[in-house]
Amino acid sequence: MPDQQELKKIASQVRRDIVRMVHQCQSGHPGGSLGCTDFLVALYFKVLHHKLPFSMEGKGEDMFFLSNGHISPVWYSVLARSGYFPVDELSTFRKLNSRLQGHPTTHEGLPGVRVASGSLGQGLSVAIGAALAKKMDKDPNTVYVLTGDGELQEGQVWEAMMSATHLKVDNIIVTVDRNGQQIDGPTKEVMSLGDLEAKWKAFGWIVLQMNGNKMDDVLDTLTQAKGFSGKGQPVVILMKTDMGYGVDFMMGSHKWHGIAPNDEQLADALGQLEETLGDY
Amino acid sequence: MLTDFQITGKKATRDGFGDGLLAVGQQHNNVVALCADLIGSLKMNAFMDAFPDRFIQTGIAEANMMGMAAGLATAGKIPYTGTFANFSTGRVYDQIRQSIAYSGKNVKICASHAGLTLGEDGATHQILEDIGLMKMLPGMTVINPCDYNQTKAATIAIAEHQGPVYLRFGRPSWPIFMSDHKPFVIGKGIMMQEGTDVTIVATGHLVAYAMEAVNTLKEQGISAELINIHTIKPLDEEIILDSIAKTKCIVSAEEHQRNGGLGDSIAQLLARKNPTPQEYVAVNDSFGESGKPDQLLLKYGLGPENIVEAAKNVLSRKA
Repeated sequence: MPDQQELKKIASQVRRDIVRMVHQCQSGHPGGSLGCTDFLVALYFKVLHHKLPFSMEGKGEDMFFLSNGHISPVWYSVLARSGYFPVDELSTFRKLNSRLQGHPTTHEGLPGVRVASGSLGQGLSVAIGAALAKKMDKDPNTVYVLTGDGELQEGQVWEAMMSATHLKVDNIIVTVDRNGQQIDGPTKEVMSLGDLEAKWKAFGWIVLQMNGNKMDDVLDTLTQAKGFSGKGQPVVILMKTDMGYGVDFMMGSHKWHGIAPNDEQLADALGQLEETLGDY
Repeated sequence: MLTDFQITGKKATRDGFGDGLLAVGQQHNNVVALCADLIGSLKMNAFMDAFPDRFIQTGIAEANMMGMAAGLATAGKIPYTGTFANFSTGRVYDQIRQSIAYSGKNVKICASHAGLTLGEDGATHQILEDIGLMKMLPGMTVINPCDYNQTKAATIAIAEHQGPVYLRFGRPSWPIFMSDHKPFVIGKGIMMQEGTDVTIVATGHLVAYAMEAVNTLKEQGISAELINIHTIKPLDEEIILDSIAKTKCIVSAEEHQRNGGLGDSIAQLLARKNPTPQEYVAVNDSFGESGKPDQLLLKYGLGPENIVEAAKNVLSRKA
């Protein structure tokens, strides 16, 4: 198991992968990917009980679903770096005949992906279904799902929130990437989500908060969340992140939600992410 | 009467679904059922009572139901979702498209109260576009059985098929004429009556009306061949092409919009393989309304006499 220093080094490499992938094909979503890097690195390299080779059904292991599929760069990098597929394949991102589609899909058979996502608001429902199957099978493992915060504007998410408490889905840990940004601007201006903690609590969830860009906080909060498993209630973590975290000129704005850096910006970004395990 | 197919009783196709669901639940431990607040309407009570641990009441939240079904399928279950056809398709199209069809999930979307025969509730609930919506999705199998027995057999058979299925059935009590021990083969049409002058291809409730039409035509000296197409996708091309090679003209009959239904699938086949005169018995770019099922079918041009008329029209167009 890597220690925190090693996790931070992995996170730096994943961020390098993200900006290089998006730069290479001149498309993709770097902002949310950079913001969620620490969380996904902690999850895959420390928290998740998962097995290789990849099994679609995920029996006897934890499962992860990415609902905000547009942050595929960070997920692909983390999957590759944790052994799901060759790291070199990251160079095919968003190109013709690639398994690394713009948004994640099972269609091309990429190991690690269990459902297509990209059209927002669907991942929580799918994760609840998988969690219900685990309960039917008396499989004690946990289902994790990551959603964006702008994504919570989709009505299906609230249907899913309601159902998880009613059906006592207490083997699921949802993380909301609370970066406060979406394509058209700050979330509070586009469509305010209001008091999210109160809303999730009113739907019967245990609500935790964490800073998603502090590795120790991420690890501690995920451990705490896991402690609530099997106690009758689902758990959500409201994860504060900075969109674009780790690359100063991409931070603090929705502008880097879905655009690619040019050559100069790439060099600048890589200069800020010095720790590396070796680029693809 | 048709020689091999006699009417033996009356029951709704949704009853066939309910009884088939119980049977398939007994056969397969991994079959689970989900229902969006329509357990009685979908006849899912028996399954729910027999397998409470494999039954999920989702409330009036169909989008979430489709997503949960995708998740259950991911983990190796065979989920059967149950709600009205309208809420099984149009309301949740993107959920089905992304989480089920594109993701290749083994979900059985079971849809009752399809078409005009839903009756008095009116056009808000009478979906006539669902076959078109579902058949356009890559990898989706689309099945529209004709009576209680065929619906029951189809409900059991689809568990053995790996991949998403749309199973469409209806509300009204309807004649039973298929054998109760005939195995259901996805994608294989059934020859109901051989004939030489005109081919009639019918699906769902209109198979019963097409049987009446064949008898009427026979009394008028016209030999009609009747094919029961329960699977609209994949379409049994062979049975249709073999029939039109003989009759040289064809009528399609369905409780669906003319645009995008069985008739269009047949027309596409004919255009590619053997251009042949075709008449449609289908709803002509219209919503329905409140009324009794048989009244509605007559008003919207889907009655037995409409099939007879279509057969005569297409006969007159034969080269």
